[in-house]
Amino acid sequence: MSLGIVMLVHSALDRAEQVIRHWYAAGCPLVVHVDAAVPEADYRAFAGSLADLRDRLVFAPRFRCEWGSWELVAATQAAAALMLDRFEEADRVFLASGSCLPLRPVAELRAYLEAHPETNFIESATVRDVTWTRGGLGEERFTLRFPFSWKRQRRLFDAHVALQRRLGVRRRMPAGLVPHMGSQWWCLTRQTLQRILNDPDRAAIDRYFRQVWIPDESYFQTMARRWSDRIESRSLTASTFDFLGRPHILYDDHLPLLRRSGCFVARKAWPGAERLYEAFLQADSAPAEPLRLPDPGRIERVFARAAEQRLRGRAGLIMQGRLPAPHLNLPLTAAPYSVFEGVAEVFDGFAPWLARQLAEAGQGAAVHGHLFAPERAEFAGGATGYAGGLSDSATLRDYHAQMFLSNLIWNTRGQRQCFSFGPRDTQAIHWDLAKDPNAVISVISGAWMIPLHRAPMPFARRRAEAARLQRIEAEHLAALRSPWARARVRIWTLAEALEAPEERLQEAIEDTLGGPAPRRALPALADMEGLPDFLQALRNAGMHPQLTGELRAVPAPPARRAERA
Amino acid sequence: MLDAYRLRLQRRRLQLRARRKARELRLVSGRDAPAPAGGVTVFTVFRNEYLRLPHFLDYYRALGVRHFVMVDNASTDGGGDWAARQPDVTLYATGASYRAARCGMDWMNALLRRHGCGRWCLTVDPDELLVFPFCDSRPLPALADWLDASDLRSFAAMLLDLYPRNPEDVAAYRRGEDPLRILSWFDGGNYVLQRNPGHKNPWIQGGPRARAYFAAEPWCAPALNKVPLVRWSRRSVYVSATHMMLPRGLNQTYDRDGGETACGVLLHTKMLASFTAKAGEERARRQHFAGGREYGAYAAIGLAPLWGSWSERYAGWRQLEGLGLISRGHWA
Repeated sequence: MSLGIVMLVHSALDRAEQVIRHWYAAGCPLVVHVDAAVPEADYRAFAGSLADLRDRLVFAPRFRCEWGSWELVAATQAAAALMLDRFEEADRVFLASGSCLPLRPVAELRAYLEAHPETNFIESATVRDVTWTRGGLGEERFTLRFPFSWKRQRRLFDAHVALQRRLGVRRRMPAGLVPHMGSQWWCLTRQTLQRILNDPDRAAIDRYFRQVWIPDESYFQTMARRWSDRIESRSLTASTFDFLGRPHILYDDHLPLLRRSGCFVARKAWPGAERLYEAFLQADSAPAEPLRLPDPGRIERVFARAAEQRLRGRAGLIMQGRLPAPHLNLPLTAAPYSVFEGVAEVFDGFAPWLARQLAEAGQGAAVHGHLFAPERAEFAGGATGYAGGLSDSATLRDYHAQMFLSNLIWNTRGQRQCFSFGPRDTQAIHWDLAKDPNAVISVISGAWMIPLHRAPMPFARRRAEAARLQRIEAEHLAALRSPWARARVRIWTLAEALEAPEERLQEAIEDTLGGPAPRRALPALADMEGLPDFLQALRNAGMHPQLTGELRAVPAPPARRAERA
Repeated sequence: MLDAYRLRLQRRRLQLRARRKARELRLVSGRDAPAPAGGVTVFTVFRNEYLRLPHFLDYYRALGVRHFVMVDNASTDGGGDWAARQPDVTLYATGASYRAARCGMDWMNALLRRHGCGRWCLTVDPDELLVFPFCDSRPLPALADWLDASDLRSFAAMLLDLYPRNPEDVAAYRRGEDPLRILSWFDGGNYVLQRNPGHKNPWIQGGPRARAYFAAEPWCAPALNKVPLVRWSRRSVYVSATHMMLPRGLNQTYDRDGGETACGVLLHTKMLASFTAKAGEERARRQHFAGGREYGAYAAIGLAPLWGSWSERYAGWRQLEGLGLISRGHWA
């Protein structure tokens, strides 16, 4: 059996020459089409340097093949006809491009083909059932006309498509054809190719395909279905496309991947990929594992991951290449985190207690103080700098509070962040907390009254401060209760929390752990003696505390409780 | 609409200005016409940078750069003579004011137009080393070819300020050595990004300089966003250093729908030896942006201890991608 190679070359002629010599050395007859866009001088030099292969190498008539144009098919037809005509022995014909790189010894490819006699390897899927095209047009490629170049005359192209859709233009397909599409690169048997080229209706069919969009992906794919029933619908050339439908390019660092893939040919290699060409174009060796199945999936997975990164990106990351528009409401942060509002005011030593709880539950966590305190960001352990180089400076933080939070959560992925928040803090972030699906927020409303009632300030100032904080917290609670809030929120009034402090705390912890937590001794309650009197005094002064709930009595401080026992 | 017209006027004005300022340049070595070779051309203005120049050229040669176009702004340290002897450098010289040439950008715009039209041009300072995805296995021309194949015309790379473990370590640096051996640390994630609605560029601040020198006025912290690699056309012009360009489509190097586009960083070796001495000198010259205000801050504080236990030690582009500072986009 002999394998004939039809090669379409349009650039990187030196690399094409290398590959031609490789196929030639393995005994393959070749027909080479050089794009008419290649300058005459370059073409002559190229042909001249290949003069020594003249016994099995023929140059095909040249066409100017613009991307997606009919000329690509015409060039392929002419070259394939030449192959059948000149090389009687070629009973399989393989279509390759100048940037296709043979990955396995040609002898292995030949053995593989011999093991699949009479089989045409051509990817061809019905247009009706498979929506795999990227960039819009599927079936319309066959039902509309495309006289304008997509690359050069994009506006005319688009306008013409829109016009035809409006007018309801539908071309009729020549009888007996079922539109199929697939990879441009195929390997057909002599018989199939002969039948396609000698189709009695070829003139009409060619006339039809002249106006089809990207006919190189559908002409042979459709015609093969018409003339053969032994079709293995896959290409022997591994070639993947990015999300815009452009072929992925292969570089030196793909070498191990390409080796493992077991594909026979891959496209398309970067002309500068010295190591790739060196590694795969060695003297053709004997078949080592001729029947090993190609597994292009390996290559596809790598590129699919990149497409995912390009299209969806890493959630919660804001960087120079990813600046999501605000109206998309994508999460600001990369991972779940916990916000405790008022909890640290009710329980003395809440932060160390929480850190111990989380450590025992096996969750890596950092428990900060008030990260948005007006004086400084109270990082865990009193650090002045934190992960990623974040500074505790309030001005730096407040310059862009959203970025501060986003950076903190991104920089500490894998470690749960917990921090306190309250109405004294910088509020620039409060809507972002409410809208962030990663936020788990536990609020004891009005708890800021506890430190305030003991503050060493005259009553008038404490009253004014209480009024200010109450206004701020009310606004924040409204955000948490709004329909735009996507955080997981629990809100208790101070009175509710004090009715069953243990239950409340347990619920808050379980939200953070995302499951049941072992019950442990509670942290001590803060000293609240005199709080009800303070609240009454506020009422009497006309400032009604609305967020603490009905608080008539408070638990006695721990010392007093011990006495009673 | 009015906005677009205003930007067009600004672009024309900058181009005229560049043409006028080009008269200050005198060719020292190389050809005053585009080099025949393709590939990527590097464009640089320098003054007294002999310390960095040898490594700078070697770094970009290793990335596959075959042609440099440089302007020597009255160096007195011998760097200009050295550069004139390099076979792949086209050197211009000028004694004119750096500031009057808008930090050298008028000279750059003029030379980019003369040498760079239709090519990929990398405009960098001698203290900027480009790192991009796969730069350890794919040279710069591979990136340029891919950008071409993807119909992209510009490539963003933010400045990543490097600093030493101890401020005094920088004294050990010798000409020609890899500065990354001393300046091997950086801040992994304290950058602030905003979008400039006018020119549509991302506006990035933060990093060690912001936290050490601008904690009191973060809005004054230096901009870190850059568009150093551009397929130059007659219409292109740099507006403010290489931070932003016109036409403004060249600044839109990011994705607005949640995806990530390919981007890199410029490793910034500004804090190499004699940084504080240079800061004093530069402040006295007042030749830099905003009257050298930035250098005023450096000279006043000196080389602050920038290193912290959370500092990241530079380990290559994959580390930067993991940290979310760069992305391969869909270049796999």
